[in-house]
Amino acid sequence: MSSLSLFFLSLSHLISSPPPSLRVDSRTIYVGHRSCSATEAFIPPKFCDNRIVSSKYTVWNFLPKNLFEQFRRIANFYFLIIFLVQVIVDTPTSPVTSGLPLFFVITVTAIKQGYEDWLRHKADNEVNKYLVTVLEDGGRIQKESEKIKVGDVVEVEEDETFPCDLILLQSSRDDDTCFVTTASLDGESNHKTHYTVPDTEKDLESLNATIECEQPQPDLYNIKIKTGWSLGPENLLLKGATLKNTQKICGVAVYTGMETKMALNYQGKSQKRSAVEKSINAFLLVYLCILVSKALVCTTLKYVWQSKPGQDEPWYNEKTQREKETNLYLKMFTDFLSFMVLFNFIIPVSMYVTVEMQKFLGSFFITWDKDFFDPEIKEGALVNTSDLNEELGQVEYVFTDKTGTLTQNNMEFIECCIDGFQYKYRDASSELDGFCVTDGPVSKLQQKKEELFLRALCLCHTVQVKESEQRGFIASSPDEVALVKGAMRYGFTFLGLESKTMKILNRNNDVEMYELLHVLNFDPVRRRMSVIVRSKSGDTLLFCKGADSSIFPRVRREEVERIRMHVERNATEGYRTLCVAYKILSAEEYAQADAGLREARLALQDREEKLMTVYNQVETGMSLIGATAVEDRLQEEAAETMEALQGAGMKVWVLTGDKMETAKSTCYACRLFQRNTELLELTVRTLEDGGRRREERLHDLLLEYHKKAVQDAPPVKAGVTRSWSSAGQDYGFIIDGATLSMVLNSSSESNSNRYKNLFLQICQNCTSVLCCRMAPLQKAQIVKMVKNSKGSPITLSIGDGANDVSMILEAHVGIGIKGKEGRQAVRNSDYAIPKLKHLKKLLLAHGHLYYVRIAHLVQYFFYKNLCFILPQFLYQFFCGYSQQPLYDAAYLTMYNICFTSMPILAYSLLEQHICMEVLLDNATLYREIAKNAMLRWGPFLYWTLLGVFHGLLFFFGVRFLFSNPALQDNGQVFGNWSYGTIVFTVLVFTVTLKLALDTRHWTWINHFVIWGSLAFYVFFSFFWGGIIWPFLRQQRLYFVFANMLSSVSAWLVIILLILLSLLPEILLVVFRKPRGPHARQVELKHTHTRTRTHTHTHTHTHTLPGTHICTVLHFSRSRSLTLSLSLSLSLSLSLSLSLSLSVPDLHCSNLKYICCDNLTTYFLKGLAVVNGTHA
Amino acid sequence: MVKEELANRPDNTAFTQQRLPAWQPMLSAGIVIPGFVIIGLAFIGIGVALFVTSQSIQLLELDYTGVEQTSPCFKCSDPNAKNCMCELTFSTDTLFKGPVFFYYGLSNYFQNYRSYGVSKDDDQLSGNLDNFKSPSDTCAPYEYDRNNKPFVPCGAVANSLFNDTFKLYQIVNGAKKVVPLDGKGISWWTDYNIKYRNPAVTPLKNAFNGTVKPLYWSKPAYELDPSDPANNGFINQDFLVWMRRAALPDFRKLYRRITDGDYAEGLPAGNYSLQIAYNYPVLSFEGRKKVVFSNVSWMGGKNEFLGIAYLVIGSLCVVMSVVMLIVYAKFKFPEEE
Repeated sequence: MSSLSLFFLSLSHLISSPPPSLRVDSRTIYVGHRSCSATEAFIPPKFCDNRIVSSKYTVWNFLPKNLFEQFRRIANFYFLIIFLVQVIVDTPTSPVTSGLPLFFVITVTAIKQGYEDWLRHKADNEVNKYLVTVLEDGGRIQKESEKIKVGDVVEVEEDETFPCDLILLQSSRDDDTCFVTTASLDGESNHKTHYTVPDTEKDLESLNATIECEQPQPDLYNIKIKTGWSLGPENLLLKGATLKNTQKICGVAVYTGMETKMALNYQGKSQKRSAVEKSINAFLLVYLCILVSKALVCTTLKYVWQSKPGQDEPWYNEKTQREKETNLYLKMFTDFLSFMVLFNFIIPVSMYVTVEMQKFLGSFFITWDKDFFDPEIKEGALVNTSDLNEELGQVEYVFTDKTGTLTQNNMEFIECCIDGFQYKYRDASSELDGFCVTDGPVSKLQQKKEELFLRALCLCHTVQVKESEQRGFIASSPDEVALVKGAMRYGFTFLGLESKTMKILNRNNDVEMYELLHVLNFDPVRRRMSVIVRSKSGDTLLFCKGADSSIFPRVRREEVERIRMHVERNATEGYRTLCVAYKILSAEEYAQADAGLREARLALQDREEKLMTVYNQVETGMSLIGATAVEDRLQEEAAETMEALQGAGMKVWVLTGDKMETAKSTCYACRLFQRNTELLELTVRTLEDGGRRREERLHDLLLEYHKKAVQDAPPVKAGVTRSWSSAGQDYGFIIDGATLSMVLNSSSESNSNRYKNLFLQICQNCTSVLCCRMAPLQKAQIVKMVKNSKGSPITLSIGDGANDVSMILEAHVGIGIKGKEGRQAVRNSDYAIPKLKHLKKLLLAHGHLYYVRIAHLVQYFFYKNLCFILPQFLYQFFCGYSQQPLYDAAYLTMYNICFTSMPILAYSLLEQHICMEVLLDNATLYREIAKNAMLRWGPFLYWTLLGVFHGLLFFFGVRFLFSNPALQDNGQVFGNWSYGTIVFTVLVFTVTLKLALDTRHWTWINHFVIWGSLAFYVFFSFFWGGIIWPFLRQQRLYFVFANMLSSVSAWLVIILLILLSLLPEILLVVFRKPRGPHARQVELKHTHTRTRTHTHTHTHTHTLPGTHICTVLHFSRSRSLTLSLSLSLSLSLSLSLSLSLSVPDLHCSNLKYICCDNLTTYFLKGLAVVNGTHA
Repeated sequence: MVKEELANRPDNTAFTQQRLPAWQPMLSAGIVIPGFVIIGLAFIGIGVALFVTSQSIQLLELDYTGVEQTSPCFKCSDPNAKNCMCELTFSTDTLFKGPVFFYYGLSNYFQNYRSYGVSKDDDQLSGNLDNFKSPSDTCAPYEYDRNNKPFVPCGAVANSLFNDTFKLYQIVNGAKKVVPLDGKGISWWTDYNIKYRNPAVTPLKNAFNGTVKPLYWSKPAYELDPSDPANNGFINQDFLVWMRRAALPDFRKLYRRITDGDYAEGLPAGNYSLQIAYNYPVLSFEGRKKVVFSNVSWMGGKNEFLGIAYLVIGSLCVVMSVVMLIVYAKFKFPEEE
């Protein structure tokens, strides 16, 4: 309810100035489309309809818009240019060679994007076609939601969401109120009371009114309405909020469709691009430079070479008349273009197809994962954008919502402490009163205190009883419900409030009646609330509950010590604690208080302050009864998940709209804050502590925290990209919305930037950051700020409500949780999962694997095209720079499409260089691929050099062979197409086998596609060269391949070159150091487990299939060999054991199949035992 | 309800759960060292075989461009000399083992020039009479002569057919004894039998009515080999050899084989005379012409590169495996104690 305090409304002003005329910055709404006065001409104002549009295309604009979007990609544009050049200029290859793949790419992408947009259309339609009841012309009309116009009077029933922003006109409740939950808007799931417009006619048909309100603005908590009535935010029902506990309401639509507060809080759907795509584009530019320089070199050399006498136009190769007449510079230019076309294959058109396919198909593994299936909601994970799969492996900052994401938003009474004794509820306990006293005796006196405490819980609240068959409670705070329910479990049931009388059913099943005299409402400054009641016996009692810090000073000191211990212990366990106190008011005291309260309530000026003073006067001299501990149940495995994320080097920030205390305790419970974490607090409270101006205080605090967290922190070692949080003091940072806007929107520009930097630096040096009381757009602001900070880290937002949508859209990766709060987050997310705990597998296993897969895919693609085109480039030096292609057109076209595309696609879908269980168990493995590790310039250079090396080898190997082209035993000679075919054969085999070497996870699919594409190449070559093709103008490959195979020398050179290309790679693999300490730990662990399993096999041979045993043996041997090269290990146990295994090993070296799942669990069990004995 | 759950629950198959059984090879020293040794030894073996074979191949190269004044063909190198003949003499000390292959070689001659390479009409060469009358425009500028009559065969490749002819004599006691040269089977079997076809017109001459012989040809295509009617037109062996474009600017092409009569066993030691009808101009583009006599083995002609490469790589493999073994032993065994 406190959010109301943010509303801005000046009633007096509104009443005094009725709407004079239509102004630009405001809109006038005619309720029910009836003009207010007959004299005024009724001009129906134009507003947008109530359609929500999240889709990008329509049927009509799909083709042009999609084509435009696609050709905006530099690669596609480049291919288009190449294609056009081929069409226009006389080039060595036909336009088909680049036109066909381009057409293919564009089509595949268009189909994919069309499909995705169709899904969005479907989702939009679900919302837009939802039927709502509209009161029109004296009747009820069922209308589709999208057809609601501003000014329509809409009827909404219980548990329905409001279809647009409405001004509440009528409610079915007697007291002209309705209850609303805005869970899907701002995450607050409590019930908020909204009021109908006062003094409206009961008959809406005859209502004639206009409302003038401001033009749509995104601020959820701010609305200015001018009308004949006094209206405020409490009259406005927001789209997306849900009607609760009220049968039905009628309201007039004021903002519709994309102008609703909710829609304005969406941010525009920006096309998210992954870091990998950015790397691809960078590499593409490098390759483009290589390409252009190659073409330039060739063109230059061509003209240099031709300037020598006799070279330009030998007698055997005269120029045509047209060639002779062409302008020299034009010739140079067309030559340059021809070279571009000849070498254009260096930029792989098919890479984009393969990347798209990999992403599209790869994302199915997320949908298919049964670990993501939640039996409760009967759904699994959902992938909305497949473009970001690999980004899941690169996350550095996790921004999480609290309510519904970290917690279940489901409070439960855990224990209480009465007069210093701890009470814990146990279901199994058979004790008479249901209470189980864990420490201390039970006495008569004690029982009295117990009952007083429980009565206090039953009375001191603002809970309402839900009128339905099941007893339910409604309250603005779920804590209160938990407390009332807790009291109910112990025998005191709150029956409800009827005409100022609270009824309680006590342990003896008697109904006790209390007259409710006053409610001293909760407010965040006092941090307590009280009720004053009069019992049947005539006693006037004040019950007060609140935070310990606000209660302890107001009770007798000797009572405090007994309770304080319990409260502190509960708080450290992550429970939300409240203290309960009471006092008996004498008649005079009550009379005084009553008078004070009434007077303050009626005050016209400074009412708040006056009320506060009276409250503070009344709530003194109380006696403490006890304390409660309520648990906001965390999501399943929330703490484990957060720990894993932090272990993986991610920084977790909690962004919540909730109160600071609640959020803080959740952070403790999730182990985001540890007990030794030093909290740096920057909230309204700390700002007001010093008693100075807020700005000054902010300045000082920022500097102080910066000194603590940044300057005094041990410097991060160079080379280690992420500091390990365990070193030095841990800091946690807390900031609230109001302070954040002070930091971000400081009065002076220079300060603002400075504060922002200080703030960012502090935050980035803290292990966890908690931002509370955030408006949805503020969440997005924070995400944006981190996203754009130095090093542009990859951010991930996770949330479940509509209030998280903007941050989900802002972050690099947005994750929606399929929670209770509607589907807004899910619809706008990139990935949706049922539970928070699934995030761990999504990032650590799926994300890691996707990243490794796609990174390898990208590097491999550039590599294979470099060594494909380099020989063709080198050949120009031997053919007079005449753009003679080395390979046949069929090979040029098919290389990327058929011969080498499938293995890498299979690799990029199936590769598991480390198996999933290991990835999940060792969060630190995630750090190894951090910061785009596999796509940085280092690895890129390595792959490029490899490509150059292979290309040189292929070309010059065959060049030396052709120093004598008589390669057959019948003395016949080979020509240029044989030359090209030999190079091409070596090329296809080498790049495929290079991939085979890199494959760590050989499923039957890998075997099939790798050996299959090699076989296909051979088969195709025979086929292509075996027939005189009627549609070909030149039969240049006729029998070239078959003749090549009849030459022993050709065979030998092919084998030689393939092996020579791959041997250095093999050497590198063997000599490469293990990848840092984490990998070594894993290997170590595995050696442990495997060794352990070995001993198991002696005793349980019958339990494990034979192949498994062999695998175990094989692994322990090969692992230990690798280990031995990693110098630093002193693992005598495993090595000696592994040596003893070398004999049985030989038998089963051909049986190396491993079944990851069975074995790993088995191993891990073994590990525990070994670790135990080892220690 | 149950059905709905089943419908939504992901399939629990090995594929969808990414749990397909997989072979997970590890490239460790334990596999690589023996592997390197085996590969190395195999390569050394092959290398030795190749090297020995290559060494045993005899090769004789004679440049007859006639650039040097001392060269017997100097007089013919003058572009104005017509029908010039020159004679080269050489001798062998030992038997040049047969069958001996007789190649001609050209250097700095770009048969792999793109515009040259595409300048032919495959339809015409496969005997399509339509293309006799109107050759494909790829043949330009050797498509039509000045009188607009089509060249057959058209195009630069055919036009530049190598037209030096050779006769080989052994000088026995001062007398010249003809060494028979066999012109059959010097081109690819498929080229001769399938790819290139003469039009099905007899006599062949009639098919060429209305066409002219290529610019640089002295005889029309149907009269290339007067001795053998099956060796004329587009299936003339020399023509076929020429039409298979060389890969590099320095190339050799098979001219004849010496397989018949007294020379089936090879060229006996002695003096030989090669009579050359010097027609083909190469000096304008600084080219060179040569003849090559060589015998071949299972690996083809003489090629040192392969044998040496195999030997080097094989030795490198063995050396690397030894290095690996040392590294391995040095860093492994101390830890074991």
